[in-house]
Amino acid sequence: MPISLKNETAIAGIGLTEFSKNSGVSELSLAAQCIKAACDDAGVSPSEIDGLVTYTLDSTDEIEVARAVGAADLSFFSRINYGGGAAVGTIAQAAMAVATGQATTVVCYRAMNGRSGKRMGQGVSGDISSSDLIHWSWYMPYGMLIPGSWIALIANKYMHKYGVTREDLGRVAISQRNHALRNPRAYGYGKPLTMDDYLQSKQIAEPLCLYDFCQETDGGCAILITSAERARDLKQKPAVIRGVTQASTRGQEQMTSYYREELESLPEMEMAAQRVYAMAGLGPDDIDAACLYDAFTSEIIMQLESFGFCGRGEGKDLVRDGALDIDGRLPNNTHGGLISEGYIHGMNNIAEGVRLIRGDSTGQPLKAVDHVLVSSGVGVPTGAMILGQA
Amino acid sequence: MGLDNAWWWQMAEDDKLGIQRCVGCQTLRHPPRPMCGHCNSLQWDAVEASGKGVICSYTILRHPQFPGYDYPLIIVLVDLEEGTRITSQLVGCSPQEVDFDLPVQMRIHQDPDGFKLPVFELAGGA
Repeated sequence: MPISLKNETAIAGIGLTEFSKNSGVSELSLAAQCIKAACDDAGVSPSEIDGLVTYTLDSTDEIEVARAVGAADLSFFSRINYGGGAAVGTIAQAAMAVATGQATTVVCYRAMNGRSGKRMGQGVSGDISSSDLIHWSWYMPYGMLIPGSWIALIANKYMHKYGVTREDLGRVAISQRNHALRNPRAYGYGKPLTMDDYLQSKQIAEPLCLYDFCQETDGGCAILITSAERARDLKQKPAVIRGVTQASTRGQEQMTSYYREELESLPEMEMAAQRVYAMAGLGPDDIDAACLYDAFTSEIIMQLESFGFCGRGEGKDLVRDGALDIDGRLPNNTHGGLISEGYIHGMNNIAEGVRLIRGDSTGQPLKAVDHVLVSSGVGVPTGAMILGQA
Repeated sequence: MGLDNAWWWQMAEDDKLGIQRCVGCQTLRHPPRPMCGHCNSLQWDAVEASGKGVICSYTILRHPQFPGYDYPLIIVLVDLEEGTRITSQLVGCSPQEVDFDLPVQMRIHQDPDGFKLPVFELAGGA
């Protein structure tokens, strides 16, 4: 009988730096700060960290940050590829390590000067030799250099098939901005967004406009995972990992899975949904709130369908019904998300999932939140996780 | 260029749109890969596409504007009549003329430095 990760591990600490457009410090500094903050939040010493997980895109080596925070012996370190698709994958790695005894206290981190340093969508250069660079060579020569250009081909096809309007995308942006208005850390704090603002904003990659895009942010976010049993004795109320999985499927490319028969759905996200619900023994009706990956507004509507909150083509109807709002069926990205809080590559969405379980989000719904669904990057090899109460 | 894709660009250099074909099971595939995902054959050759297809999806890129491209830049996914799909540009028309399912025809675009790129234009009589 294989080991199930259901209820074996928990998130015991979250740590974030200040989010800004120009941190003025190194990414290593951001990483060290957020990891220390996660330890403080959990009530454990950084010297107890014996595992570290991050993204292949992260510039900070595990051993550098280990020295910086005063960690000692590391028995587990790994990295996950595919940009924001790594977010929940790092947690899956940590949960497996803890559940199998490879490590006891694993911190997943992502620290980036995402605005003042290396921005997304600056193209790739160098010798075209790796399989990844050859992949991009089918797009870059045509001027498809930014993530919005890659996702727009899928978004446009999906919107065309199901009659999704720009106003529907705007509803997603506004809902998340309204959440951000309550969150002092958020870029969108104090900056209300109206439908007029949305509809009149600059077109970037039609049908996507400025407000359909996530932020570019300098900041760090760390998540501390330990056994569910130990987490109960630590400082914070644990967010138990009910289920967690990675997912990549047939025809998968990184952002450009254009060669599948059907483009109006997210097969990797449907796979993640099937697996994470099965592991947790739960279904869509059990999910009280969500932090769905939101590099672009269109991705939220499509994921509502992937995760079974409605049927194909009905995501827009849920959004029109206000499902994503604080008093809706599925309050989503109640911190503002990548679109209106900041873009720490999805790690900050995981932190919000933990807050929702603890009950201390600035966007905490009035209803009980027993289970929160968190997803990783859309259009890439991805993953999903369900957090629950201890 | 690498060992898996240089031939495709060489075909473009010769004013042709190439599609990789598995010698083992005759399946066409794009983008090219060294092994067939259906029969695992490493043997492949290439066919020359007719260049005829229809628009599967599109986007109009307006911002940011990178040097070397004409904006607004129309990006299309084209379903080729041979059955594969390709990502490319639509040229010679305005954004208002673009729509789903319109027939298109490949033509070779040549950069000032001589680099050739297969692009598409709306087919006559569309």
